[in-house]
Amino acid sequence: MLDNLTQRLTRVVKTLRGQARLTEANIDEALRDVRLALLEADVSLPVVKDFLQRVREQALGQQVIGSLTPGQALIGVVHDELVRLMGGEAAGLNLAVQPPAVILLAGLQGAGKTTTAGKLGKLLRETEKKKVLAVSCDVYRPAAIEQLRQVAAQAGIEFLPTDPNDKPVDIVRHATDYARRHYIDVLIVDTAGRLAVDVDMMDEIRALHGALHPAETLFVVDAMLGQDAVNTARAFAEALPLTGVILTKLDGDARGGAALSVRQVTGAPLKFAGIGEKLGGLEAFHPRRMASRILGMGDIVGLVEEARRTVDEGQAKALAQKIKSGKGFDLNDFLEQIAQVRKMGGLSALLDKLPAGLAQAAQQAQGQVDDRTTRRIQGIIHAMTPAERARPEIIKASRKRRIALGSGVSVQEVNRLLNQFEQTQKLMKQMSRGGAQKMLRGLRGMLPGMR
Amino acid sequence: MFGFFKRGGKTAAPIAPTEAPGEDKPSLLARLRAGLAKTRTQIGGQLSGIFRRARIDEDLLEELESSLLMADVGVEATEWLMQSLRERIRRDRLERPESLRTALIELLTELLQPMERPLDLADRKPFIIMVAGVNGSGKTTSIGKLACHLRAHGLSVLLAAGDTFRAAAREQLKVWGERNGIDVVAQEGGDAAAVVFDAVQAAKARGIDVLIADTAGRLPTQLHLMEEIAKIKRVIAKAEPGGPHEVLLVLDANIGQNTLAQLQAFDAALGVTGLIVTKLDGTAKGGVIAAIARSRRGQPPALRFIGVGEALDDLQPFSARAFAEALFESQPEPT
Repeated sequence: MLDNLTQRLTRVVKTLRGQARLTEANIDEALRDVRLALLEADVSLPVVKDFLQRVREQALGQQVIGSLTPGQALIGVVHDELVRLMGGEAAGLNLAVQPPAVILLAGLQGAGKTTTAGKLGKLLRETEKKKVLAVSCDVYRPAAIEQLRQVAAQAGIEFLPTDPNDKPVDIVRHATDYARRHYIDVLIVDTAGRLAVDVDMMDEIRALHGALHPAETLFVVDAMLGQDAVNTARAFAEALPLTGVILTKLDGDARGGAALSVRQVTGAPLKFAGIGEKLGGLEAFHPRRMASRILGMGDIVGLVEEARRTVDEGQAKALAQKIKSGKGFDLNDFLEQIAQVRKMGGLSALLDKLPAGLAQAAQQAQGQVDDRTTRRIQGIIHAMTPAERARPEIIKASRKRRIALGSGVSVQEVNRLLNQFEQTQKLMKQMSRGGAQKMLRGLRGMLPGMR
Repeated sequence: MFGFFKRGGKTAAPIAPTEAPGEDKPSLLARLRAGLAKTRTQIGGQLSGIFRRARIDEDLLEELESSLLMADVGVEATEWLMQSLRERIRRDRLERPESLRTALIELLTELLQPMERPLDLADRKPFIIMVAGVNGSGKTTSIGKLACHLRAHGLSVLLAAGDTFRAAAREQLKVWGERNGIDVVAQEGGDAAAVVFDAVQAAKARGIDVLIADTAGRLPTQLHLMEEIAKIKRVIAKAEPGGPHEVLLVLDANIGQNTLAQLQAFDAALGVTGLIVTKLDGTAKGGVIAAIARSRRGQPPALRFIGVGEALDDLQPFSARAFAEALFESQPEPT
């Protein structure tokens, strides 16, 4: 997601590491690079300036100059500032009010409010066992109400139908009344997308806020937003007392600089991150993880969580057993692993979450090992008989020809796959014997060979 | 061949109030100008102040650079513009900030000119337009506006509800069609490519002039979805050799530098032939258009339309000069 910023800062950090001492001159040079990186990541210019000012002050202070490893210390400063900018510790929802607790969602057109309403409803229903009702006041866009109805049905939450001819304020009055009478815990109010410069519409949402007294007023914002995120966020924050921000579309490759800007301008904490179009894709926002990621420290925690969600535990255990025993790792397991990786969003998504150094090593091979290749590998293995998959060593010339024909590739490619598999097998054996260090060395040796 | 696509000068008038207002629908123009005035205060407010300074100095140039960056022009294009500008200052011995403004508008117009290529509905029937973009960029709304425009110019239009994924996307397009008397081909659920294939067949059978195919929004990182959309294009080509005749990518002006990545990814998958930049009526300045022009210098994609409002008429042909002037125009008198 933030790969380019990560790469850039990693390079900055590398040059700093080589220097014995930090001087005013080389700090400035490093910070210039940081500035460009942040700008390219769509962090708003005023926010960038403010950020660099703080980092510079601290970097020139005792803390860094006096440090034995000034490069590390500077990274620490940048990291801490990023975390601070994004709001310190992760913040949750505060729904401890007399029910129904109202959540009001506001944002620009196309920010992802309706999808987020569904995700939030699902999350509250599943993890907090709340009785959730969703209602739409978007009487403007065609089929917006219908969209929320369908999303609510998918999320398994209740939906209050509304008439596009009604006034939004009347709709929410009716909805709160309905919610009270039906013992609803949480009422999620979806609103129409609006531009911050649209005076009438901003008045409308202010009126909605006044009628609802929401427990949470959440600003839904697209992670891909550009420099203007600052203006938009400021306008919304001025119109409404925002209690939190939800960052959407974080599964794209946007560098997400808007996250930094919006937090700084609104002062409201980033509470959730929307990932993917499926309704399960809403995560608590973790400033620390995001900052680590920006600095190329990788999001290992996120990777592990992702794996826990998508990987079948039983399967994983069985595989781990096999690896431990150092034998019996066959093409079936190989195939399973590939399927697993694809389930987690493909290789590129995985690389995204690795620390930059490791990701770079993998990147060198990535030209050859992209997601297209993995699919081809799947095809080749599918063309093998069960006996061949279990005992790849029996595959000789004529079987190779048949497999190649069956999967529509050349014999060379079958050979390549078998070589690659052999190397993986070796790696698995190493892993069962030695520690991670050894494995990393093995990995580095193996990756360029994986074509 | 169709007048609508060629009357750029007239329709672009609201973006460039220096031009004479168009003679048709004064009320619409007035409304548009009112909408854009807010935007202008934001942009112009920053920039015209700079140009009102007494002389050109480093401070002024630095502030100008900041303004460009904050308009989403991007680091690379900004650096290029600033460098070219410094050259001009030296070459032409510019001294007054006002002449700097003229020079900047000229530079930007030069940069954007190659993107000003209106959509040409050549003698193909049906002319098939495929629309793609990330989630929430404004595809369906743009299609609605485009369809109305085409029909107002005497063309028969058919819409294909190719967004079979998002909740109520089909209904959204249907409502648009009903409101404006345009037929929509849709299926209950099912495969987007199948819907589009059906629509192509229907368009051929009914002798329709223009078919516009909607697709589901997708982020370029979702590789399987990018493969799916490439398939939709292949299916169109199968149903109508030579089609689709136009692949429009819809871009949201609020999005920052990720726009470049979007263009690159969709171009790789589909071969984008034209762009629509939407939501220029907010505070977003759309400077990313300059970033696109710079990153694709030599052969920038054609920017067919810009969306400047929510009304049907607010989809306008792009004019490089009008856009450049709007970005740096002097602030209007406060009213």
